[in-house]
Amino acid sequence: MRFTLNGSPVSLDVLGSRRLLDVLREELGLTGTKEGCGEGECGACSVLINGEVVDSCLVAVGQVEDCDVLTVEGLADGKQLTALQQAFINHGAAQCGICTPGMLLAAHVLLQRTNRPSADDVRVGLAGNLCRCTGYTKIIEAVLSCTT
Amino acid sequence: MLSRSPIGQSVPRREGVAKVTGAAKYTDDLVFVGAWYGKTVRSTIPAGRLRSISLDPAFDWSQVVVVTAADIPGENVVHLIRDDQPVLARVGGDIRHKEEPILLLAAPDRPTLEAAARHVRPEYEPSTPVYELDGALEVYSTIQITKGDVDAVQGEVIERTFKVGLQEQLYIEPQGAIAIPEPGGAIRIIGSLQCPYYVHRALKRALKLTDAQAIVVQAETGGGFGGKEEYPSMVAIHAALLARKAGRPVRLIYDRHEDLAATTKRHPGVITHRTTVGKDGTLRAQDIEIVLDGGGYCTLTPVVLSRAAIHAAGPYSCPNVRIRAKAVATNTPPNGAFRGFGAPQSLFAAELMVEHVAERLGISSVDLRSKWMLRLGDTTATGQVLTESVGSELVLDAALKAAATVQPSNRPTVRRGRGLSLVFHGSGFTGSGEKKLQGTIGFEALADGTFRILTASTEIGQGTKTIFCQLAADALGVSLDQVVLAPQDTSLVPDSGPTVASRTAMIVGRLVQEAAVEIKQRLGRGEKAPLAIQKSYIQPDSLSWDETNYRGDAYPIYAWACTIADVDVDLVTGEVRVTDLVTAVDCGKALHPVMAEGQIEGGTLQAVGWATIEEIKMKDGGYQNDRLATYLIPTALDAPRIRTILVENPYSRGPFGAKGIGELPMDGPAPAIIAAIHDATGVWLDEIPATPEKVLAACALR
Amino acid sequence: MHDVTYLRPDTIQDAVQLYRTTPGCRPLAGGTDLMVMLHAGTLRPQPRAVLDLWSLPELKGVRRAGDALEIGAAEPYTGIIRSADASRYVPALVAAARTIGAAQIQNRGTLGGNLANASPAGDTLPVLLAYDATVVTDRRAIPIDKFFLGYRKTALQSDELITAVRFPLDREVVFRKVGTRAAQAISKIVMAVSREPARIAIGSVAEMPIRATNAEQALSRGDGAGAVAAVIDDTHPIDDVRSTADYRRAVTQNVLRELLDASARE
Repeated sequence: MRFTLNGSPVSLDVLGSRRLLDVLREELGLTGTKEGCGEGECGACSVLINGEVVDSCLVAVGQVEDCDVLTVEGLADGKQLTALQQAFINHGAAQCGICTPGMLLAAHVLLQRTNRPSADDVRVGLAGNLCRCTGYTKIIEAVLSCTT
Repeated sequence: MLSRSPIGQSVPRREGVAKVTGAAKYTDDLVFVGAWYGKTVRSTIPAGRLRSISLDPAFDWSQVVVVTAADIPGENVVHLIRDDQPVLARVGGDIRHKEEPILLLAAPDRPTLEAAARHVRPEYEPSTPVYELDGALEVYSTIQITKGDVDAVQGEVIERTFKVGLQEQLYIEPQGAIAIPEPGGAIRIIGSLQCPYYVHRALKRALKLTDAQAIVVQAETGGGFGGKEEYPSMVAIHAALLARKAGRPVRLIYDRHEDLAATTKRHPGVITHRTTVGKDGTLRAQDIEIVLDGGGYCTLTPVVLSRAAIHAAGPYSCPNVRIRAKAVATNTPPNGAFRGFGAPQSLFAAELMVEHVAERLGISSVDLRSKWMLRLGDTTATGQVLTESVGSELVLDAALKAAATVQPSNRPTVRRGRGLSLVFHGSGFTGSGEKKLQGTIGFEALADGTFRILTASTEIGQGTKTIFCQLAADALGVSLDQVVLAPQDTSLVPDSGPTVASRTAMIVGRLVQEAAVEIKQRLGRGEKAPLAIQKSYIQPDSLSWDETNYRGDAYPIYAWACTIADVDVDLVTGEVRVTDLVTAVDCGKALHPVMAEGQIEGGTLQAVGWATIEEIKMKDGGYQNDRLATYLIPTALDAPRIRTILVENPYSRGPFGAKGIGELPMDGPAPAIIAAIHDATGVWLDEIPATPEKVLAACALR
Repeated sequence: MHDVTYLRPDTIQDAVQLYRTTPGCRPLAGGTDLMVMLHAGTLRPQPRAVLDLWSLPELKGVRRAGDALEIGAAEPYTGIIRSADASRYVPALVAAARTIGAAQIQNRGTLGGNLANASPAGDTLPVLLAYDATVVTDRRAIPIDKFFLGYRKTALQSDELITAVRFPLDREVVFRKVGTRAAQAISKIVMAVSREPARIAIGSVAEMPIRATNAEQALSRGDGAGAVAAVIDDTHPIDDVRSTADYRRAVTQNVLRELLDASARE
């Protein structure tokens, strides 16, 4: 099967019913996408498929044939972090960091789709990403700091 | 040379770039070629005897490795305090809780592993399980704190009983460890953990290893909150037994369901207060009883009980106090460490008691707190004189000043209310804990001009690595990037003590500071790198603690917090939404303001969850809420706006005056929310979580 | 999971054929339910294959179809939320879609999946009942009030695939879901109400989503208070991990009262 991953074409011979999460972490060695629950509840496994945020534990890898998949590893341009990643660092939005990859992708898409999101918009957009460390306060701050 | 000290600056997190790029490697991210997968087979009954375990011959057992209690080379004990908890239940031995580990499996792939597990056939002789808190099974610990003579006091007596529920730490990264056999009979554990040396000690006992043969390394850890204080020892020993028998690395990574079903939770309990007051509101006596449920094995229960007891009277000055606390066994999974560690439970009751007394006397509870609160020079329930850094009034004033005016609800079926709480929390280990521990760090000046900190204190999100580097860089007068840390690897670093008890910045950070100062002095005197020293904790002479009578200086210092919570209560559904929360925290000194706020905000939301939606229902000795779809923590949409005010009221022995605050944020929100619900609806709940079911029923009774 | 064949038909006809001829075959759309159960190994019987319907264009879309609004069975909730037609004609469905999970789940969850699962707690199902929606399959149209037969049991034949759901254009429905938290919550009760015709549809109070027929009779007589009183008799809630029967009964009445008051004010 073939798809585009972080901007580059990928070709894999893999059972289509496998979870995209497992294929990313195992066959493709991209461990930035995390498993927090395997039930689609925590969002730690969030990736973008064709620009929409989804839980990769709920996606069969066969379903991303010909799709554009973006993981946390695809955000930065080499060493150049995105404004959002830098904001997470500056505002203390990452503590233990396990929710951070999924959170960044959900926030990334929110910022792309919403012009000047309010704090409430941000809460709605990130409601599918559980964080236990931060109370969400500085995550929301970091995302709002990136609105133009 | 650095022109400005990084102390008090919110410098970038040391491992921040790795965390935002997905490069940070947590336990399950690590790859070990040829590693097998491990699994724990667990009891399905809550009490009885394990009569036998047979392996169904329909499965080809030559494909897998099986470990039972008979395979344990050392002691069949997960070493902690009482040493009552087996690594694996033995055939013919007791089962004391559902999910108790009975057998381990390792296989080259997950399907084979799952198939093997389905073919394990345990047989049990169930006995009647005990769930009541009357100590019928066993009393793990009792503590009595006495001050003055409560029985001799006259006045108006108000009595009330409160209940607090179980809570799961819910670190977003589940428990896990990888065990790798190494030459010379050594075993290396790489795991998600808070306390490498706890695991080290437990590993040695169970696998009969020397200090050098047991190697414990902390991987990047996705949250702990106490849930990875003692439990990782169990995971590590299990992984090690499998790896040793398989002769290859074994990955033992829990999935969320197993983690929820089988690992430790916050101790639930019942707390009764009988408070005697004068007509003018003078606090004359506090008579308090605490019963905590420790579950099937002792784990850290005596220490949790200790902290609960010491904080039970609240941050108030009272001449006559009696606290009788006990912790009992039940046939439920063992409870363990969770941020706050007994204090949130007892402070919940203490703070609501103030509200009830205030209501009875017709005084505002804020005024009553002002009247009762501990101030400089006052004596606590254990007879400790507070000689410095008492932030009670400061935080109360700061919170009241910062809280916005309550806007009335504009919906007829939604009532709005506000509640306040005042709490304190001892920083560091209780009594002679730090003295016994003698936490030690290493500090080196390297030939290339950099400096290295060697500590077993772990980064679990709270900022250990960043803050230690700030302290060292400041003391040395160098830039932050000239300071590095050795890995948290027991073969490389000494034991600075566990990453718990709000001690890391205050106690261990102080050692880092002292070591850096000494290294700087020696370099200044002309000594040349490489230099290496160690620094160990020395208990100040002024602190004295009587462990037998539970009297004296329980903690080196206390941190203080005042919380004001605003809630909306929906009368149609009973749902409680915490909309805003202001908390003023006396932290001594904010070494890193953003990180200090981060600790407060995170702990606050955990407490909000504990008070409202984090409910665990029991069924036949097991948790019904054993999936993330049924154990619910607050999402971004549930979380209140949290405003934090840092109050700096220095402590003479903390680095730059800093006091430990990791746990304090857990103490205040729950009682403040219950008080706010009362303010909104007129109903008093005595129990958390204040679920909509309870709120609606209570409102209906009015 | 590790030996489950992945099938991906290109057309709905191929899908129907494969479904009919492949033993142990489970249809897969957004995977929000199926992939969890597949991974946990809890599906009975254990599937041998999954039939991926997600990308079939015939199953996507929100469009006018004569005097109905038609939503493809595999259209994700996000598509429904973003559709101007959906907001115009079925705002209660949009409101319900917004309460499902959060962004990630809304981007994958589908009406087809919700219907096929027939969970008693399905958030959109009472809305479909209140709209008198029609379930369109590869071979017929099933009125929604004939669709749910029992606990997770539907009128679908063993090889029948849902292709779309049709809604009338002129029905006014109001909706409320009560869950444990603001997002990512399975409902404790979920309700959709239409005044004209009288429809009171409730989830999580019985083994399947129900129409509260006693309450509807009172409502059609204009007796709102009577409807609130009668609705108790239509429900059979239980105590479970999420909530209690007592709570569900009380909140059913409270929510019905609130929805009737709100729709009366409009």
